[in-house]
Amino acid sequence: MKRVKRRYLALQLETEGVPTEKEFMDAVWGAVARLYGEVGASMTSLALINLDVERKVVVIRTSLATLDYVRASLASINSVAGKEAGVHVLGVSGTIKALLKQL
Amino acid sequence: MKRAFADLHLHINPKDQQTFERLIKRAAKFGYSYVSVPFNYEATQEESEKLRAFCSGFRLDFVLRADLRPRTENELTHCLRKIRRKFEVICVVCDNKEVARQAAKDRRVDLLSFPSLDYHKRFFDRSEAELACNSLAALEVDVTSLLVLEGPARIRLLSSLRREIAIALEFHVPVVVSSGVGDERFMRMPRDMASLGFLFGFDEAYALDAASTNPVAIVKRNREKLSSRFVAPGISVVKEGTDC
Repeated sequence: MKRVKRRYLALQLETEGVPTEKEFMDAVWGAVARLYGEVGASMTSLALINLDVERKVVVIRTSLATLDYVRASLASINSVAGKEAGVHVLGVSGTIKALLKQL
Repeated sequence: MKRAFADLHLHINPKDQQTFERLIKRAAKFGYSYVSVPFNYEATQEESEKLRAFCSGFRLDFVLRADLRPRTENELTHCLRKIRRKFEVICVVCDNKEVARQAAKDRRVDLLSFPSLDYHKRFFDRSEAELACNSLAALEVDVTSLLVLEGPARIRLLSSLRREIAIALEFHVPVVVSSGVGDERFMRMPRDMASLGFLFGFDEAYALDAASTNPVAIVKRNREKLSSRFVAPGISVVKEGTDC
């Protein structure tokens, strides 16, 4: 079976307070589903790797094939857990190690 | 070489100093190189120089832009005659077909913009693209509507944009992606703004060009034309004096 290539994204979260991991991922899933539908969202293999509460930096994982979908969806997020928010992509990498070096 | 990104449409009143300063600081933080705020055509040089000086403090290049909303083609040509040499970028917001066609064929127009919400007024069809490709006009897309709208309105806008972008690509009409933001919470980093282009059919390279190469080319071309050394495209004065 062919190995699925993945990409890790470091995100800067701009919002008042810090949402929980679930609230953040709900916002991401919601944005992907609104733009690409549930079938499209199911192809992204989205997963939360880490949420740094102090710096409000989030690391998520997605498949390489749907990286463009996810980037567009992240740019369209304007609220998380009912509060106004913005999500900016700080870096993209194939490994967590290389991603953390970029930050 | 590092790309220079441009946001040629910060949708704020240039007289609203506080909002302007907030957005400019944010644009500098996000890594833009060129920013622009639309003026009406009665803007004074004093006003624009003040904004330019503020931007240069943040290493941002301020582009002087005018947005025209003419009702007839005569009004458009009259305005263009009056202001073309005062502004670096001229955008025409096309409210009817007559104005859209005239704007597309006039070489003094840099950007064609269409209302995001009223899809009946999006006149960028094949005829419009054919006229635009023979002149210098580019199609401007404001992405802020994609962030604000939801549901059927956004679906309709995406559908219109996808059709228009396909036409623009077919006729080699350059596309410029701008934010169109009036509120800092909708401002996005340049690559994030470009990534919204994936939604209406851009590939990665073209999306990045639409936020960098295309707008920067318009600004450079017009600055060259407005310079006192410009004679004709490709010809400029390099030296003056009696010993030439």
